[in-house]
Amino acid sequence: MNFKALLLASAMTAAAVPGIALAQDLTVGFSQIGSESGWRAAETTVSKSEAAKRKINLKIADAQQKQENQIKAIRSFVAQNVDAIFLAPVVSTGWEAVLKEAKEAKIPVVLLDRDIDPSGKDLYLTAVTSDSVHEGKVAGEWLVKTVGTKPCNVVELQGTVGASVATNRKKGFEAGIAGAPNVKIVRSQTGDFTRAKGKEVMESFIKAEGGGASICAVYAHNDDMMVGAIQAMKEAGLKPGKDILTASIDAVPDIFKAMAAGEANATVELTPNMAGPAFDAIIAYKTKGTVPPKWIQTESKLYTAADNPQAVYDSKKGLGY
Amino acid sequence: MDPYEDPPLLSLRGFSKSFAGQVALDRVDFMLEAGSIHALLGENGAGKSTLIKTMTGVVPRDAGTLCLGGVEIAPRSAAEATRAGIATVYQEVNLAPNLSVAQNLFLGRQPTRFGFVREREMRRRARALLAEFDIDIDIAAPLGSYSVAIQHIVAIARAVDLSARVLILDEPTASLDAHEVEVLFGVMRKLAARGIGIVFVTHFLDQVYAVCDRITVLRNGRLAGAASAGELPRLDLVRLMLGRELSAATAVRTPAAAGGDVLATFAGFGKAGYVAPFDLTLRAGQVIGLAGLLGSGRTETARLVFGAERADSGAAVVAGRTVELSSPRAALDLGFGYCPEERKTDGIVAELTVRENIVLALQARRGVFNPLSRREQDEIAARFIRLLDIRPPDPERPIGLLSGGNQQKALLARWLATGPRLLILDEPTRGIDVGAHAEIIALIRRLCAEGMALLVVSSELEEIVTYADEVVVLRDRAHVARLSGEAVEVSAILAAIAAESPALRASEAAE
Amino acid sequence: MALRLPRAGLSQVGALAVILLVNWIVSPQFFDIRLQDGRLFGSLIDVLNRGAPVALLSLGMVLVIAMRGIDLSVGAVMAICGAIAASLADSHALPVVLAASLGAGLLCGLWNGILVAVLGIQPIVATLILMVAGRGIAQLITEGRIVTFTSPALAWFGGGSVLGLPTPIVLTLVMLGLTAAIVRGTALGLLIEAAGGNARAAALSGVGTRAITVAVYVWCGLCAGLAGIVAAADILGADANNAGLWLELDAILAVVIGGTSLFGGRFSIPLAVIGALIIQAMNTGILLSGFPPEFNLIVKAVVVLAVLLLQSPRLGLKLGRRKP
Repeated sequence: MNFKALLLASAMTAAAVPGIALAQDLTVGFSQIGSESGWRAAETTVSKSEAAKRKINLKIADAQQKQENQIKAIRSFVAQNVDAIFLAPVVSTGWEAVLKEAKEAKIPVVLLDRDIDPSGKDLYLTAVTSDSVHEGKVAGEWLVKTVGTKPCNVVELQGTVGASVATNRKKGFEAGIAGAPNVKIVRSQTGDFTRAKGKEVMESFIKAEGGGASICAVYAHNDDMMVGAIQAMKEAGLKPGKDILTASIDAVPDIFKAMAAGEANATVELTPNMAGPAFDAIIAYKTKGTVPPKWIQTESKLYTAADNPQAVYDSKKGLGY
Repeated sequence: MDPYEDPPLLSLRGFSKSFAGQVALDRVDFMLEAGSIHALLGENGAGKSTLIKTMTGVVPRDAGTLCLGGVEIAPRSAAEATRAGIATVYQEVNLAPNLSVAQNLFLGRQPTRFGFVREREMRRRARALLAEFDIDIDIAAPLGSYSVAIQHIVAIARAVDLSARVLILDEPTASLDAHEVEVLFGVMRKLAARGIGIVFVTHFLDQVYAVCDRITVLRNGRLAGAASAGELPRLDLVRLMLGRELSAATAVRTPAAAGGDVLATFAGFGKAGYVAPFDLTLRAGQVIGLAGLLGSGRTETARLVFGAERADSGAAVVAGRTVELSSPRAALDLGFGYCPEERKTDGIVAELTVRENIVLALQARRGVFNPLSRREQDEIAARFIRLLDIRPPDPERPIGLLSGGNQQKALLARWLATGPRLLILDEPTRGIDVGAHAEIIALIRRLCAEGMALLVVSSELEEIVTYADEVVVLRDRAHVARLSGEAVEVSAILAAIAAESPALRASEAAE
Repeated sequence: MALRLPRAGLSQVGALAVILLVNWIVSPQFFDIRLQDGRLFGSLIDVLNRGAPVALLSLGMVLVIAMRGIDLSVGAVMAICGAIAASLADSHALPVVLAASLGAGLLCGLWNGILVAVLGIQPIVATLILMVAGRGIAQLITEGRIVTFTSPALAWFGGGSVLGLPTPIVLTLVMLGLTAAIVRGTALGLLIEAAGGNARAAALSGVGTRAITVAVYVWCGLCAGLAGIVAAADILGADANNAGLWLELDAILAVVIGGTSLFGGRFSIPLAVIGALIIQAMNTGILLSGFPPEFNLIVKAVVVLAVLLLQSPRLGLKLGRRKP
């Protein structure tokens, strides 16, 4: 990993070391996008518990999916002279002015979950995000390992056409199966990230592929579509998880329920815990002056039936997914 | 002026047009001299509007040549015709009522400087333009705030200013009162004096003789005749239009009985700013006429009586009971019926069939859950189509495809189907051809004889005196005179309209 | 008498037939139907089953549009009613769940009807309010999550069957019959066509346009509520963010394809349902074709354009057809 090199480089370039502060004195302002999905709600819940764990005073501002609300929130955080600002940017552009204000006030900004336009690179301290290409790759590699050398026809449920997450998860999966010529994507359609569309598209895949007989595995860009697809398979008289393998991404609680019932095989976690690594980076920066790397990649953990899905479900269901 | 000395300003030769196999125009010739006002007459369906539409390129013609000032032209749209010098002003003025008079006059050709509209220059020119017609109005006010007559004159001024040599006026007087018609005629005479040729389409024979110097009559898509106005007596003209002798029915007054039982009395009935409070008694078997200029409160009175507008003073007693005329529905339940003046916007439902239009009011009274069966509907429609001679006698034809006269008959049928005790007719003969005219007047008489009470609004005084037992004259939104018996005469009505006597009840509408 | 298919309906039925034929060409097993767990199974069944929510919406929408109105809120009403049904399903008896959910749909319709008929707000604006607010209400009910349920009674509305026919299809047929019976069996149809064709003339003829307007919006809300229940039952959960999203546009399109003018007046209930099936047959065909998803919307737009052009009276004249 070149993490170390990065660390080193940034440590050398960082000139001024800010004053020493204790973690429990820290106040962090978090401009959250708003309740756009269950994952987002879980991220907020986890952020609160991670802050409590470190005795950090976390102030969350809900932007209701509006950039102007986020800009207002950041200005108010600057005015309150918080120790750090977390930002989950709703869009990637238009942040220069307000981030400059934060920089001039010497308040470090950490981006959570989403990146902004590269032109703003020097306006924030670090970005904690997951790598959606990597997520796809993990899913692909799991499938290759599972089927071995047997030929396997895969049908793919894409996310919304044009969404970068969908493009990346597709790219990653294709890279994951690139080394196995026996694994082929035979059909690929968009399910718009929703259960209903996932089910509808899977129904048509089953019909187009001889009642599902020639389908070996389903890959869905998110768990919600997979939950819909699992229903479609069951209604067609197929046994998901046995007749047809499933691999999807996000690790929302409902997929673990399916996994516990033996109807789903694998999911790759998009962790809702973006704040934890961010808090650690800020504490290190404030107390020891350690400048974190520009990008902190969260772990894309693979869950299978071997990971006690019922227990994972129980731990996740209270997070607000 | 002898029309055959110079080459005609506009000449049409052999114009023919068929719609889906139906001949609408059959080798029609038409000559228009510069400086003349030329009446284009004919019953509904005679081919007047088809001739105008083919002449201006709105509808392509099948055959025929068109020459303007001796040069053959072939406009393919109204805009091209306007550029060539043939402008048309329709009955429904095609201008923007929310824009100012000046803006309407110069719409699409505003004087500009550096791309900005020169508002002051535009207003100056607008004022000058209207001054030519002796019209002095606030040209900055929205066009819609002026009367229909002014709107027509603005449309004409705009058309003429677009360098028109031929001006076609399609029924411009249909919704104007006598004074407004005079103003319009003044404008037309002025334009003719400037050498513009005017084609004037109208239903009013009086107007033809008042302003036109030449007449062309169409019948069934063919040229029925053309003559100078002085050489064509009225009776001959009607004969040309109808192709038959007009029955004497419309000319004779039949004095009716004094009327039967009182059906409804209105005391101090009125609405502030709408119609001043009035007293009115309606009797079975009696026709009461409402006469007055346009805007005098005739239609407003009718709408109050029918509950289309809610009265805010006075009381109505119907068949001995005080009633609340809160809506047309309430009036319908009392056995009232109302044929409104604006047939197209307030009367017919154009895309529904004749049958559906006829049963509509009856069905509305019976309510949603008491539908007329299809057989009942068919019987009712067939009965009234036969009774009123609605043509074509096809109950399943969309009513919008019928002629104005037949639409009017179907609307009458809609109310007759409800078996009304009182029928309110607002301009029942407006805009319909002479034949249907006579039939409707005969029907009014018959209904009256059968014991129905009728309240008839009409601007045709000669007509009203032939059937009304009593005439209420209105002026400035107030009832100003009541004539009955022998006093019902055109001259007496005119005198009442022109008189300066105070209203029968104190007028509140002094706007 | 209740289900008259006007002669003008030939172009819609023809368009549906052509699309089904194309589907059969791209997917030869398109017309294969077999019994799976006592339920008919096949692509053709999918078209009917998946088309059910939009068909249900179109049953209400066609009456609203015939009254010269429009209801943009049906998608959001679906989300609300689905959310209510899913939230109550595991804790209450089915009649309670249905009553609460359909009652909410009815209230939504009443709200729209009152805004339009009593307060005189333009339909597109009046229903836009609930379109925006309704999804928010649904999110409040689900707290932003997908609320799942296990109640087999409610699940039957999506995954069950009657004599082998999936429940959504049966519900649509029942509602089609019911709507047609109400509208054509009473005088409502005539009065709607009169009031939609010329409101002033209808009012002057004594037609109670206000009550009829409220009634059609209420019916539209009720149909949307049922569609919401079907959509929630289908995925065994209520997805407030996505349930019924943009379906109001599909419903309007279905009505327009069915030959009803947005200017009100004449309408056809069966043809609106055919319109919904045309849209779904197209969607299913695209899914079966294996076309890259980037082309979905373009293909859909082209087909819709073609269907509407077929109905255009002007084009018909140009092609030498008799005036309709």
